[in-house]
Formats: sequence, structure tokens, C-alpha cells
Amino acid sequence: MKEKKSIWKTITGSREASLLIVLIILCVVISFRSPSFLTLKSISDMLKNNAVIMIMTLGMLGVLLIGGIDISVASTLAFSGMTVGMLLKYQKVENTFLLFLIAIGIGAACGLIIGLVIAKGKVLPIIATMGFMYIYRGMAYMIGNSQWASAENLGNFKNFALGKVLGINNVVLIMIICYIIFFVVMKWTKTGRKIYAVGSNREAASISGINTSNVELMVYTVMGTLAGLCGALAVAVYSSAQPNMLYGKEMDVIAACVIGGVSMTGGRGSVVGAFLGSLILAIIAKALPLVGIDAIAQNTVKGVIILVVVILNVITQRVMDKNNLKGREM
Amino acid sequence: MKKKVLSVLLCVAMAATLAVGCGGKDSGSSDSDSKSSDTSKDSGKKTYAIVTKSAGNPFNEKEAEGFQKVIEAEGGECIVKHPEAATADAQVSVIQSLISQGVDSIAIAANDENALQASLEEAMDAGIKVSCLDSKTNTDSRQTFVNQAGTKEIGQVLMDAVLDITGGEGQWAILSATSQATNQNAWIDAMKEVMKDDKYSKLELVEVAYGDDEPQKSTDQTQALLSKYPDLKVICAPTTVGINAAAKVLQDEKSSVKLTGLGLPSEMAEYIGDDDAHSCPYMFLWNPSDLGSLSAYTSIALVDGTITGKAGDKFTAGDMGDYEIVDADDGGTEIILGDPFKFDPSNIDEWKDVY
Repeated sequence: MKEKKSIWKTITGSREASLLIVLIILCVVISFRSPSFLTLKSISDMLKNNAVIMIMTLGMLGVLLIGGIDISVASTLAFSGMTVGMLLKYQKVENTFLLFLIAIGIGAACGLIIGLVIAKGKVLPIIATMGFMYIYRGMAYMIGNSQWASAENLGNFKNFALGKVLGINNVVLIMIICYIIFFVVMKWTKTGRKIYAVGSNREAASISGINTSNVELMVYTVMGTLAGLCGALAVAVYSSAQPNMLYGKEMDVIAACVIGGVSMTGGRGSVVGAFLGSLILAIIAKALPLVGIDAIAQNTVKGVIILVVVILNVITQRVMDKNNLKGREM
Repeated sequence: MKKKVLSVLLCVAMAATLAVGCGGKDSGSSDSDSKSSDTSKDSGKKTYAIVTKSAGNPFNEKEAEGFQKVIEAEGGECIVKHPEAATADAQVSVIQSLISQGVDSIAIAANDENALQASLEEAMDAGIKVSCLDSKTNTDSRQTFVNQAGTKEIGQVLMDAVLDITGGEGQWAILSATSQATNQNAWIDAMKEVMKDDKYSKLELVEVAYGDDEPQKSTDQTQALLSKYPDLKVICAPTTVGINAAAKVLQDEKSSVKLTGLGLPSEMAEYIGDDDAHSCPYMFLWNPSDLGSLSAYTSIALVDGTITGKAGDKFTAGDMGDYEIVDADDGGTEIILGDPFKFDPSNIDEWKDVY
């Protein structure tokens, strides 16, 4: 079987490979029209400007894998970001590390509450997170109390987004670390396999001794934790905390997952897919103004590209399924 | 069984959280609600309402403060309403509740030019005086409009700033909000009109980019402008979110490109300076507090009949001086607050704490 595997089969045999090809085609087309696109600086700018969405995509991957959804992530982010902003504005806490811990803590608490309502309260994820979307956004407004935190209030904290370690921007570095951790956990640990098990077949997972509601609780808590972390990151990257931060961006996070081949019904998807999906979305956002597409047409073009990629993905999936069935017949 | 009890408990807990959340959201306007209930008892006092664009925005807050101060000094009752979202829908429900409270006037910063027509006409039919401030509605939905600065004046000061900062010639670009924003487009058109003069003939407007008032998208757009036009000298961003994002990009990259436009002093304080370390030599905005005050005097004059909203009507706005209603470009009338205010290194420190 193995030696028969041609290049074509490798491509059609893995959704990630087909995504990678899409990514390469996009890059070639864009750099043809705008040579400055594939420079190190441009790529680093792009990753920094999209790190927040890319990190949250990881959390959303977990949520979608178990067949759930979380549309409250941007609100959680705003709540934790505003808290950090206000703490700095009124000079309560000025230590960058401590502020990150606080943001992560707030995110984890927000996620835990959502998880409890969904896993233990048996509320439908879309309904529960819709409620929390309003609650957390409202709390971001309340904690802001009609004040914004601007660059001037943020002191040393905003320098975090400018700093570099080994030539890599801090924000990008955090994003890469998150992806490595998730890659390892999802692929090689019991916890990761449990998430896939619950998503593929909840009853079977339950019978085989997995506490499905605990897995659910964990997934939403992780999502919240990442959203909390991103709140602090967003404040550092944009040097500004406003209660309407990333308003509506939960859709970009979900779109990144879907482009990356994560199934909305659960069980299917990978960290590499999520990475490529969010990267494609980031490239689209970065490239549209560069290649000189009319401003009013940009959203339409973005939508078309997303759809084309997803359709391509579905076709690859069908070919994969067909090939698998062939194997069974033999 | 245990699970059932637990789930019931959690549902109750969630309902409670929801109730708390909702209660909290309303707290911004609850004090004004209590005031309005006072007024229904005391019918001698006139009631003046202001509806801002949305809650949670320091600009709107200052605007309402200026309004409230004048109304209370003049012995009226003031109702301040901040809709919870910057949408026309949210404003419609606020207007409806003001109509049923029977206020004497409504001053509104419209979130949509046309969508408020039905409810504002209903208000006017009920004898309520309707004026706009900051952002106007169509002419049928208002009696007059308190304009923060004339469109032409804004176009003129921004073009002069671009001319000054570029040193008289070179490439420049505009970073706007959305391509549909009425006020943005009016200012950009005014700038293009001003640019026809010979004085500006050596300036080349290379692109109008749209950042949709999102920091992320505005950052992408600014970076795209920088890599597309290596000879770019100035970016002009007539929007508070856009100018902030662009200032951050330019300053972080230590770019030689300079910035001007319309921005909030508190947001921009970090970036304003004459030297190379700062990205914005100077920028403009109006004083939201003065805008609110003038709107308050306009409401009072409308209610007591000094003015009706026709062009040529004159009134005195306390110590702000005399104002005259003039014809607006859209066929209605407006009152112009004055020239935009310039924020530069010499005065930014005193203004950054104001708004």
C-alpha cells in the first residue's frame, strides 16, 4: 500500500497539504503584484497584527472539535483587555507580567463560567455563549465607565509588543509557543485524544469511561484563558483599550477554523489546519490593500476567497473519504 | 437526580447573572431616568433631552456633560441618554421612550441619516423640538443641526496642514473610516475641492484608504500605504480610530512619514511632538464640551421660540456669544460652532486630561 502513495495522493490525502498549496498560490500571486509582500518585515508585521485572532483560533479549534461553538470570545477579550487598560490608567498595577497573569485569570474565569453553564447546565453552546457575548461586552463597558486607556496611560506595558527575543517579536513568539503547546497536547497526550473522542462520538466516549462533561468544561475554560491572554496582547499591540475592541471578530476566529478544515459538527480538525486557516485569513487581510483592490470591493473578495478555500477543502475531504472506502472494499 | 438539581441551580445562577448584567448596563442612564420622573411631577420646568451616539465613549460623554451643564445653569431639567450600541435601532427606542415621557426638546447625534426619520417626525408632531449635533439626520427629521465645524473649514485646515507638513510638495494619502461614512466623505470631498487651488498643485493625493475604524484593519492599511508608496510624505486621517492606529505604526517604525488629521487629544498625546521621535506634529478636533453647550443653547432657544430653525434666525448662546442659523449643504439649516481646534505640542498636555 505504502509505496503506491503518489504525490497526487499525498495532496488529496491530506487537507493540510491542499491548504498549503492554496497558501503558496496566494503568496505567489500577491508577491507578483506587490513584491514587498514577502519580505521578513512584512510577514512579521502581518503575524503581529493577526496574532490575537490566530491564538484564539486554537481555542476555537478545541471548542469546535467537541461539536460546540463559542461566540463570546471577542467579548471576553474586551473585558480582560479593558481591565488591563483601566488598571494601568489608574496606576493600580504596572508590572507587565502581573498584568498578563490578571488578564489570563479573568479569561479563565469567564471561560469556566461558560463551561459550567454548557457542560453542567446543559444549555446549547450557541445560546449560552450568545448570552455571555452580551454580558462580557457589557462588563467591558462597565469597567471602562466611559473611559478609554490610550498609549499615554499604558507606560511600559505597550513596549511589550515592540520587544524582540531572538529577532522574533514578543507577540509573535507567544503565538508560536501557543501553537507548539497545542500541537503537542492535541497529538500526543490523553487530553488531546479525549477531545477528539468526545467530538467524534460522544456516547462511545462516555461508555469508554471519558467524563464528557469535564472535557467540555475544560475546552471552554481553555478558550476563555486564551481570549483573556489575547485581551492583554491586543492592548499592547494597539496601545489602546476600548470597550468595543475586536467587535464582531469572533466570526473571523470561526472563519479561520472553517478555512483550516475544522468541522462544525465536531471530531475533525487539526492544529496545523487551524494554523494554515488563520494564516490564510491573515494573508487575505494583509494583501487586499496591497494589491490595489478597490476599498469597497475588499470584503466581497475576502468572502469569495474564503468560500473557494472551503469548497476546495470539502472536495478534498470527499476524495479522501472515497479513497478510504476503496480501501475497505478491498 | 443530582445532575438535575445542579442544572436547575446553574440555570438560576445564569438567569441571575443575566439580570445583574442587564441591570448594570442600564446604570448609565438610570440617574437620568430618575430625574425625568421628577419632572413629570414638576411641570413648571422644561425638560431637555440629549441622545448621544453610544455609551462608553469619552467624546460622547464630554458632549453630554457640556449639554447638561448649560441646561442646569439655565434652570431646566436635563435627560442624558446614551444608547447601548452605536446603531439607529438603539436610538429609535430611546426616542420612543423620550416621546412618551413628554420632553420639550431632543438633541440627537444621529447614528444614521435616514433611519430615524419616522420616530423623529413623530416627536416633532408631538410638539417636541428636534435638533441634531455632531452627526446630522436628513432635513425632514430635524429643525436644525449644530455642526461642530463647517465641512469647508475642516477641508481647508486639513489641506493647509498637509501643505505645511509636506513642505509644499510631495505624495500624501488619506486614511478614512468606512467608505460610507457621510461626514468622512464630505470632508474628503472638501479637501479635494480645496486642492484644486494652485497653491496645492505640487501635492499628489495617491490613495484614499479605508480602515473601517478598526485598529487591526487601519494598521494593515497604514502598513500597505507605507510599502506601496516609498516616497509618501504625509498621511491625513480624519478619524479618531484611524489616526491612532496610524500614529502607532509610524512611531513604532520610526518612519519619516508624518501624520495629521482629526483625533482625540487623550488618545494622541503620546504621538504628538515636533521631533522625529513623534509621528504627528499637530492635529485638529473640536471641543465636544462646547459642542454640547451650543446644542443646549439651541434646544433652549427652540423651546422658548427665539428660533424656529430657519436660516437667518439669531440667538445668544450665553457666554459663547451670538450665533446665526445658516443654510446647510443638504438643503436644511445648521449652526456652525467654529473653526476646528488645533492640538500641538504646546497645548496637548493641558488637553489630554480633558477628553
